[in-house]
Parts: sequence; structure tokens; C-alpha cells
Amino acid sequence: MKARVVVTLKSGILDPQGKAIEGALKSLGVEGVASVRQGKVFDVEFAGADANAAKTQLRTACEKLLANTVIENYQIDV
Amino acid sequence: MKTAIVVFPGSNREGDMARALKQATGVAPAMLWHADHDLPAGTDLVVLPGGFSYGDYLRCGAIAGRAAIMDAVRAHATRGGLVLGVCNGFQILCESGLLPGVLMRNANLRFVCRMQHLKVERNDTAFTRHYAKGQIIEVCIAHGEGNYEADDATIERLESEGLVAFRYCDSAGRVGGDANPNGSRNDIAGIYSEKRNVLGLMPHPENLIDPLVGGTDGRALFESLARAA
Repeated sequence: MKARVVVTLKSGILDPQGKAIEGALKSLGVEGVASVRQGKVFDVEFAGADANAAKTQLRTACEKLLANTVIENYQIDV
Repeated sequence: MKTAIVVFPGSNREGDMARALKQATGVAPAMLWHADHDLPAGTDLVVLPGGFSYGDYLRCGAIAGRAAIMDAVRAHATRGGLVLGVCNGFQILCESGLLPGVLMRNANLRFVCRMQHLKVERNDTAFTRHYAKGQIIEVCIAHGEGNYEADDATIERLESEGLVAFRYCDSAGRVGGDANPNGSRNDIAGIYSEKRNVLGLMPHPENLIDPLVGGTDGRALFESLARAA
């Protein structure tokens, strides 16, 4: 079973990398971009098929390692 | 004073740190590996050196902050034992929960490697007794993620409880503007834990202990520690 975890910066946290990408997009002529925020995606494969168990494990993974909850939010999709 | 340095895969300042500790205490520190579970009996000070532990993968210090040895470091800190984290060591202390907040990418996105002035905020701690309060010292910095960030309540608490250890400033002691190399909140270069037995800072005092390499302003930190236990 495949799961995806998306970690993004909380709103209000300055994202210098997102700002730099935003600037690069504008200089490439990509029009209409108001802002860019950078995040991380983790694709995790589970051996079993229990979605609820996987979600519980991934919440632990996010709280303990994948996200720094001081500055980041996470979203789990199983 | 019995000291120990924790070496993680990717640490690279442990040799400099060992030299600084030996110069101040007269005894070479014990070198510990990240996979160890215990500190040597009677350890007074544990040091997390600079470098790029685990290649800075995931977030700087994130994986090292969960290494096996960190449980022993946490227990040592809870007992009131001294812990010093420099540069990547500071990042590890934040990631492990021993210090609040987080070190983010420098605001200008550049790795900054230069000499830097700091203001010593207080000199009544185990780390700073051999400095004067308000003293301006010159040490070096070398980091890409030194931009200290925490929520407003944490910053307020650090300020009101006197937990800011060092602030970036210019040679005249003025903080702010170009004197801040990385965008750190309130020009914070280093902070203490609540009981002031844990110190994390981005600058490298261990590299300024010999006039041959540019100055000795880092020496007082190690001399303070040598007399702390």
C-alpha cells in the first residue's frame, strides 16, 4: 500500500527558497505567479493493507522525524 | 572537568573542538560515536560539534537529533549536566528538543563564512564567566542555516528570562542591519536552556583559541567551562 506525506511550511514562516523560486519563475516569463512556497513530499510504501494502521504510523513518523512542527505542517494521504 | 564530544557521520569540527577543550582543561575529551548509548561515567560536559551530520538530509540536525546517543545527552541535561552545541551542534540541540526554536536557511540564501562580532549578553553562566557582561568578541561563522526562528511566545520568553546568550553585532556593538549575517530573529546567535546548562550557538569559538589563526576571543568560553566543574 502506498502513502504520501506532504510537509509544508506553516503560513507566516518566511520561506527564502520559495521566494527565490518565485523570482526565477518571474524571470523565466511564467506569468500570473503571486507567490511560491516550497515543501517536501515523502512516498512511503507499507507492506500491509491496513490504511488506519498506516495513518497512525505515519502520524508518529511526522511528529518524530518527517516534520519539524515548530515551523512545518504535514498532510497524510493513504 | 571531564568532557566528551559526540561524533556523528558528517561531523567535521570535532578535531578543532577537542583542541580547544584540551587547551582549557588540560585533558583530551572522550570521543563518542552517535550509536553509543552511554556517556563515560562522570562526564561533566557533552559537546556536539559542527559539521554536516547525515549530509544535512531532511533538515539540518534532524537525523542526528534522533541518534541513539541523544537519549543519554538528554538525560545528562535533565540532571543539570552541561551541554554545548556549536553550529550543526546547535541545529541538533533544536531538533532534539533540548533547545526551543529552529535554524532556518539564511535569509539571503547564501552560505556565510566570515569573521563576526558578537555581544556577550550575560557573564554569570558556566559558559561565559571569563567574559565581561556586554563584551564584544570576534569569532568566525560558517553556516548556510543559521537563521534562528521561533514563535513569538518563545522569543518573548527567551528575552524576558535572559536566555539569549550571544547576539550578532558590529565591531562597535551595534546590533541589527548588516551586522546580522543570516536574518536571525532579534539578532540571536546563541541561546541557553531554561536552567542555562545547555548552550547552542552558530559561531565557532573553538576556532579562535590561537593567535596564529586570527584571534583568541573564543578561549574564554572554554576557560569558563574548565572551571565550571
